[in-house]
Amino acid sequence: MRRRSRFLLTVLSFGYAFLYIPLISVVFYSFNKSSLATVWGGFSMRWYGELFRNEQVLEALGLSLQIAATSATFATILGTMAGLALVRFGRFRGRTLFSGMIVSPLVMPEVITGLSLLLLFVSLQQLIGWPGQRGFSTITIAHTTFAMAYVAVVVQSRLTAMDESLEEAAMDLGCKPMRVVFDITLPLIFPAMISGWLLAFTLSLDDLVIASFVSGPGATTLPMYIFSKVKLGVTPDINALASLIILIVSVGLLLSWAAIRKRRP
Amino acid sequence: MTETANPDSFIRIRGVSKHFGDFVAVDNVDLDIRRGELFAILGGSGCGKSTLLRMLAGFEEPTAGTIEIDGTDVTHQPPYERPVNMMFQSYAIFPHMTVQKNVAYGLRKDGVSGSELTDRVDDAIRLVQLDGFQERKPDQLSGGQRQRVALARALIKQPKVLLLDEPLAALDKKLREQTQFELMNIQDELGITFVVVTHDQEEAMTLATRIAVMDKGRFLQVGEPKEIYEYPQSRFVADFVGTINTFEGSVSAIDEETITVNCPDVTAPVLALNSHDVEVGQAACIAIRPEKIFISLDKPEDDETNSVRGVVDDLGYLGNRSLYRIRLETGRMIQVSRQNQRRSAKRFVEWDDKVWVSWRPRSCVVIFEEL
Amino acid sequence: MAGTKHTDQGWRRFAVAVPYVWLLVFFLLPFVIILKISLADPVIAQPPFTPLLDDQGNLSVSLDGFKFLLTDKLYAITYFKSVMLAASATMLCLLLGFPMAYGIARSDPMTRSILLLLIVLPFWISFLLRVYAWMGLLNNYGVINNMLMWFGAIDQPIQFMYTDFAMLIGMTYSYLPFMVLPLYATLERMDLDLVDAAQDLGATRTGAFWDITWPLAKPGVIAGCLLVFIPAMGEYVIPYLLGGGESLLIGRVLFDEFFVNRDWPLASSVAIVLLLILVVPIMLLQRYQARDAEDA
Repeated sequence: MRRRSRFLLTVLSFGYAFLYIPLISVVFYSFNKSSLATVWGGFSMRWYGELFRNEQVLEALGLSLQIAATSATFATILGTMAGLALVRFGRFRGRTLFSGMIVSPLVMPEVITGLSLLLLFVSLQQLIGWPGQRGFSTITIAHTTFAMAYVAVVVQSRLTAMDESLEEAAMDLGCKPMRVVFDITLPLIFPAMISGWLLAFTLSLDDLVIASFVSGPGATTLPMYIFSKVKLGVTPDINALASLIILIVSVGLLLSWAAIRKRRP
Repeated sequence: MTETANPDSFIRIRGVSKHFGDFVAVDNVDLDIRRGELFAILGGSGCGKSTLLRMLAGFEEPTAGTIEIDGTDVTHQPPYERPVNMMFQSYAIFPHMTVQKNVAYGLRKDGVSGSELTDRVDDAIRLVQLDGFQERKPDQLSGGQRQRVALARALIKQPKVLLLDEPLAALDKKLREQTQFELMNIQDELGITFVVVTHDQEEAMTLATRIAVMDKGRFLQVGEPKEIYEYPQSRFVADFVGTINTFEGSVSAIDEETITVNCPDVTAPVLALNSHDVEVGQAACIAIRPEKIFISLDKPEDDETNSVRGVVDDLGYLGNRSLYRIRLETGRMIQVSRQNQRRSAKRFVEWDDKVWVSWRPRSCVVIFEEL
Repeated sequence: MAGTKHTDQGWRRFAVAVPYVWLLVFFLLPFVIILKISLADPVIAQPPFTPLLDDQGNLSVSLDGFKFLLTDKLYAITYFKSVMLAASATMLCLLLGFPMAYGIARSDPMTRSILLLLIVLPFWISFLLRVYAWMGLLNNYGVINNMLMWFGAIDQPIQFMYTDFAMLIGMTYSYLPFMVLPLYATLERMDLDLVDAAQDLGATRTGAFWDITWPLAKPGVIAGCLLVFIPAMGEYVIPYLLGGGESLLIGRVLFDEFFVNRDWPLASSVAIVLLLILVVPIMLLQRYQARDAEDA
């Protein structure tokens, strides 16, 4: 057992408090009866009720979920291909450019990605007449593009940790190279692909800036809706929405953490 | 190199080299491995043995040279088309498949299915004594059990050649001895040609019918274990396999049966058997194994025996034998090993005892090396 | 040792080509378009910028946008402020995040997985909502002010909102996990016996830190700093919600030039200049990622 430094303990406590106090306060105030969001007026569930009756919220949620699921799936497919290419295919022409393009979306400021994609869509509109109406398809394409970078990173790290002799053994036993990918590689990186999908899903669900750039009239995602309301200040129904999201994410994360721990004896 | 077709040659390696950029891993080697042999390639890390094995398996292509197996040129054949199977050092058991599925994998790729498949898989699993483990997953198996799965998986396809990459490296001593004999038995029973790559000379000596000692991409000596041990042809081989005492010197006299070599480190001239075409004045190296040297308190009477005076510098008791370090009058240290054949309270010799070390001319080997 | 592998060349090309082409079209090409538009003039038309080749096929390039950017004092201040804010947030994240990562790396496996889970949890909760949470805290009638007034520490609410301070807090809060995770990854790989060995040889606690821990942790520090600094440079949400109407930061400026002023060429120029500032950090990050993959 290492000597616990008091300094480290203090910093850790402060750090975690710093991270969680804002979240706890939001949840706390979501039960506030008063409509003055941070002045306590008593306990009430009324804002949760109103949330479920709010059609705009439900519509925005629906759109966001659709976009997230679609873009996560495409991002996982493309990101896995990219990860495989970078780890298993050795040197190929244009590899440096490729790996550069894979890393960049991870850090690029969202305003730049958003702007660049919007300009692309506008130019495409001029050239070939598509996309006429920006919305679901353009946001999905945008989210796929930056999410595949995340999936590629997750897949790459799992691939490098994997024993390469497993694939060689399969070939030695008579399996042709392409079949090896389906027999051996994909089954073994499957957990990484799942976490990649979840990561892409969350990123898409959460994105505000890029969606604002590439969306069009009539297509409002959940973050866009939240932002339009929050611009004016703190509101109690957003508190309720935020608390629900915090709850869902926490439960989801806890469940997956418990599931992973059960698998590893 | 004579190119006479050797009917015994099941695996023919001719002029094979492998370059990685500037680095030469395998340097223009030739080798003939006979059908049904248990052949070992012995060498330290970086000597090229693993590269050579991978070229036999098909995972690397030679930069030059050809490889023939049973008369067919396989040099450019991919691994999934060769009649060769490999047992990997890490075993490479597919973690997401049961033992049954692992062993069946190769046959499935061949298109075997149904009851023929199950029967053959069960037979293979029984051969390696894992009957009952069919439904286990690899993470539920011990290291030794995983190795047997790897073995069954490779053998079930009845390959012409089985390659084994450091098969005993990951096992503890007891398991290693057991597995050594199991491997030899299986090989004997099935008659498949085995090629083992190892850095452990004990492993090579026990398992193999013939050994090739490899260093820096080249074969230094190829022969039966006894040949390699008793008649090493180079300092490297003599030193790599077992322990050796070497003395450099030059030939001073040649007789019908013996030659005399003057070694600065040994006070008296050394007598050895005349086995080569030698000239007086030629540089030679006397090599003698520790167990071939006798220690006595009195000088041995036989004139033909090489005898030298020395002092016991250190000794170690190892149970079945004892090791001694003797300092000769020239200051040189030699190692002597002696079986503890008798149990006695008193030690044979003590530290700082003055002793005579001796050996017969036929016990030492003369090595002529081009430096 | 990589040698020639027997592969199914056709399938391989396909597996590389699909994501490659996608990225070329949807990632690289847009940047080329930004460059092209930044070299145009704004017009009242649809789309609101002059084409690169006019009717006679002559090249029409205008550097007015760039000239304006580089000479206008307001823009210089804006870029400068963005760099300063991003750098300060990075520094704060490092000061708080390093000890946290170190503490997590040093704890026993059971505690460690819980601590890691708790660091990752905020990361998965909406960025927007976490910034929003701070609004509730920093408000004039928000939690912090309420607490302080309730304790009698102050009479009037302190104006936290719409200040640089609020933006700094917001940024540090949002980006903290991005600093802790790569730092943790590097520290976890480090052999913690090394510090004990140094102390055994006579080093003090701080001496051991600077001699041993810091040099070995440097790759993680660099990665963490870059992962915070680069996106922080272009932040939009935090300046808007916590910085108020007056906050001049590049992300907002870009957004406003584009959507409010409808000056697409100028917005594009702003983006290009921002990219130029970020080119060096991005290449550094790529070099680190490549080296990290080799070490693993």
